[in-house]
Amino acid sequence: MAQPLVKKDDDRDDEADYSPFLGIEKGAVLQEARVFNDPQLDPRRCSQVITKLLYLLNQGETFTKVEATEVFFAVTKLFQSKDIGLRRMVYVMIKELSPSADEVIIVTSSLMKDMTSKTDMYRANAIRVLCRITDGTLLTQIERYLKQAIVDKNPVVASAALVSGIHLLQTNPEIVKRWSNEVQEAVQSRAALVQFHALALLHQIRQNDRLAVNKLVSSLTKGSVRSPLAQCLLIRYTSQVIRESANTQAADRPFYDFLEGCLRHKAEMVIFEAARAITELNCVTTRELTPAITVLQLFLSSSKPVLRFAAVRTLNKVAMTHPMAVTNCNIDMESLISDQNRSIATLAITTLLKTGNESSVDRLMKQITNFMSDIADEFKIVVVEAIRSLCLKFPLKHRSLMNFLSNILREEGGFDYKKAIVDSIVILIRDIPEAKETGLLHLCEFIEDCEFTYLSTQILHFLGIEGPKTSDPSKYIRYIYNRVHLENATVRAAAVSTLAKFGAMVDTLKPRIFVLLRRCLFDNDDEVRDRATLYLNTLGGDGAVVQTGEDVKEFLFGSLDIPLVNLENSLKNYEPSEESFDIYSVPREVKTQPLAEKKAPGKKPTGLGAPPAGPPSTVDAYEKLLSSIPEFANFGKLFKSSAPVELTEAETEYAVNVVKHIFDGHVVFQYNCTNTIPEQLLENVTVIVDASEAEEFAEVASKPLRSLPYDSPGQTFVAFEKPEGTPAIGKFSNMLRFIVKEVDPSTGEAEDDGVEDEYQLEELEVVAADYILKVGVSNFRNAWESMGADCERIDEYGLGPRESLAEAVNAVIDLLGMQPCEGTEVVPNNSRSHTCLLSGVYIGNVKVLVRLQFGLDGPKDVAMKLAVRSEDESVSDAIHEIVASG
Amino acid sequence: MSTLFLSKNSCPAVKNILILDSDGKRVAVKYYSDEWPTHSAKLSFEKSLFARTLKSNARTEAEITMFDSNIVIYKFVQDLHFFITGGDDENELVLATVLQGLFDAISLLLRNALDKREALENLDIIFLCFDEVVDHGMILETDANVLAGKVAIQNMDASVTLSEQTISQALATAREHLTKTLLK
Repeated sequence: MAQPLVKKDDDRDDEADYSPFLGIEKGAVLQEARVFNDPQLDPRRCSQVITKLLYLLNQGETFTKVEATEVFFAVTKLFQSKDIGLRRMVYVMIKELSPSADEVIIVTSSLMKDMTSKTDMYRANAIRVLCRITDGTLLTQIERYLKQAIVDKNPVVASAALVSGIHLLQTNPEIVKRWSNEVQEAVQSRAALVQFHALALLHQIRQNDRLAVNKLVSSLTKGSVRSPLAQCLLIRYTSQVIRESANTQAADRPFYDFLEGCLRHKAEMVIFEAARAITELNCVTTRELTPAITVLQLFLSSSKPVLRFAAVRTLNKVAMTHPMAVTNCNIDMESLISDQNRSIATLAITTLLKTGNESSVDRLMKQITNFMSDIADEFKIVVVEAIRSLCLKFPLKHRSLMNFLSNILREEGGFDYKKAIVDSIVILIRDIPEAKETGLLHLCEFIEDCEFTYLSTQILHFLGIEGPKTSDPSKYIRYIYNRVHLENATVRAAAVSTLAKFGAMVDTLKPRIFVLLRRCLFDNDDEVRDRATLYLNTLGGDGAVVQTGEDVKEFLFGSLDIPLVNLENSLKNYEPSEESFDIYSVPREVKTQPLAEKKAPGKKPTGLGAPPAGPPSTVDAYEKLLSSIPEFANFGKLFKSSAPVELTEAETEYAVNVVKHIFDGHVVFQYNCTNTIPEQLLENVTVIVDASEAEEFAEVASKPLRSLPYDSPGQTFVAFEKPEGTPAIGKFSNMLRFIVKEVDPSTGEAEDDGVEDEYQLEELEVVAADYILKVGVSNFRNAWESMGADCERIDEYGLGPRESLAEAVNAVIDLLGMQPCEGTEVVPNNSRSHTCLLSGVYIGNVKVLVRLQFGLDGPKDVAMKLAVRSEDESVSDAIHEIVASG
Repeated sequence: MSTLFLSKNSCPAVKNILILDSDGKRVAVKYYSDEWPTHSAKLSFEKSLFARTLKSNARTEAEITMFDSNIVIYKFVQDLHFFITGGDDENELVLATVLQGLFDAISLLLRNALDKREALENLDIIFLCFDEVVDHGMILETDANVLAGKVAIQNMDASVTLSEQTISQALATAREHLTKTLLK
């Protein structure tokens, strides 16, 4: 290792030459490792080679299995040397190689010898190595030594044994738990680190025994812990006990005095741990908080960045729940805005934004403006989010906050940062009506010079919705039309759509919009031209100015209420023909999942021939399956498939569930059957359905299942005819009929002769909800208004005594089988009234919207007002009938 | 093993210790958590951490930052960058104590000539210090003098006189060096 004469910095190029490992190569080092086998060991040389091997591993080099084994065996030879330094490197090397179980045996005896050595350093290290590489069987052999080591008077040895115990507890808990007595003794050790390690291990041994932890904490909090690290642990365990104790009354919170006392400890880490623990107490009171806040405030002006960071981070969290408690620190906090460490500065800013009052907002914003220019984007995002919530808290301040947002929007920044700002402005526009016009103008200015296509299109879309509703929509047109000139095709197309929305909503602007749209007809991009043509036609651009029709508005503003996956599938299946693609034929449900799928696959017997495939899962797949069966092929479009209904108890011989497929004039029951008896093969499986309680239904077809081997689900079908387009309901009783054959489980061969048998299934009902599709709408109010009151039917119902309002709401939702909108299916606790919004599609593709108003009438009685709007009076009536009869 | 990093109320745990050079290249690193399972995951962590902290002045006092939901405390000397990483609910001061202990111990052992060249030439000492400061994520020792003493007795092999030293002598030398550093 030649030392270059030149000291650092004189010649930067030489710097690389400093490394004694320059040009080091794995193959060569492995060759060098042969010196380990020399009869006369050179300890110094061997140490150097080990260092080189460790260096290689450290740089990410890996040894092959063979190489690792070779090195390991060579290293074990080094136990012959008495050189302490070399032995120490050998220990590190063995741990790095993490030898396999059969290799471990080679070193076990050497390590066990070291473990009982008189040299403390040997004992400590041998324990750590042995415990790292050992398995359970060896552990019982050395357990006696480990127990002794725990109470060894040399702290290094004791710590080695205790830390090894902590690791071993994960793999061999039952052995380590036997050491409790020794560990307990070690907790009283005078050596700081031994106490720390012993306490950690003792707690982990007892952590599932609440009483024992409780006892441990109460005895130790009386004061026998000297080590700061151990004291930190004790604080953690104490707050755990406080958290778990049922008594949350602040007045006599157990152990609070202990935590408070720790705030006067001489070690900063203990003070901080205690302060943090107090701030995290459940339902902490201001009186309890105050002393903790006081010490944290002192830390804020410390010269150590770590201390300032820890304090401001904790105060930041407190500010979320107890903003008032933190206001005392505001002055110290403000000086941290200019902290060199930007993490600290950002935390200080966001804390101030949380605790600030209305009057301090302006001053704060001034300080932040200076600060924003020199922090990283991710910090800026945090600040933007804090400002957004501040603005929602003080809507009166929207002007200065919105200005701030628009200023930073114009500055340099990455996509995520810009997106955070745009999102914030959009939220403010939505929630603070006064901020709308300025906010929209800020966004307009932003897209004038926006490098992110995604943000431009999003803003254009948003402008299209909000812009026409403002007092002077015309002023936005210029910004939007500029996009058509200056941007890429994606943004141009978005701008065309936005223009069309202005045209649709603001009749006075229509002629001007048409002029602009016509210019877009000459765009060089297909999509832009197509959109312009489409909108010109829908808005009637070729004729006179007309009132925009409702259906056009629906077309422009309505949301696509079909799952995109389903739409994609249907479009793929659609074959170009005379018949145009019918968007209503796209299935809308996505959630159906037959129960059979949940059962663990993979244990199917293989000797029984190819088992039929499991039932398909999605509606698409149902549709495909049914249309592939000739008997059902002429039933037309599948309207709805129900979720599977269980017809057997769990854990019975045969598990059967049914899926109800509703067609316009037919109903098909798909029985998913599973045979759970390994010794049986079922053949010719059918379900005999008695429809005597379903007068309107007549059985037309049945498709038996040829063979049902063990644990391979199969399906049998029964089809009924029913009056077309009406929601016929009825009850059906079912009987499973089949031929059962004995199977020899060892060979999997079935006997030739079978016996006919029957198995009673539970009844099945076709209910009104089966005729309604769950289809959500994104904006219920819009949909409700645009549906109009023409076919509205309103009535009131008494639902009688109910367990709770929520239970009543859910019962009605289930009864109607419609999609709850805008989260209204959730009833807040203790409320006395609730409004629930439902939407769906009735058989015959009639949209239905329902507004349910529930009220508690007396202690338990629930009254309900049901308002139904649909495109067809008879459907509105039908919904009422469902409720009336349900 | 990884359970050490999971349960919130257990011991303070160290996820990794890194010593990088002024180009962000490894001098010595040790990972205790399997949060970075592959070599490339480790390297990319080191790279972005290095870039993030490069401009800060962590020479007199250790600095701190949040990084990928971890707390990282770092300290620079000459062309060496020391880092320690812990979970985001870790007591920052505990981690800082560990880093300071390691840093001072290495300074003592390298007799204050702490730079990349010295570190590489005494890499065995660095590895032994790593081995003594944290065991599989569990803090083993934080006192710089004790740490240096533990490593010193085994590694004064360079000169014959030092290899004859007893523990107390080695400690005395170490202390002497420490006082020198403090008085500087």
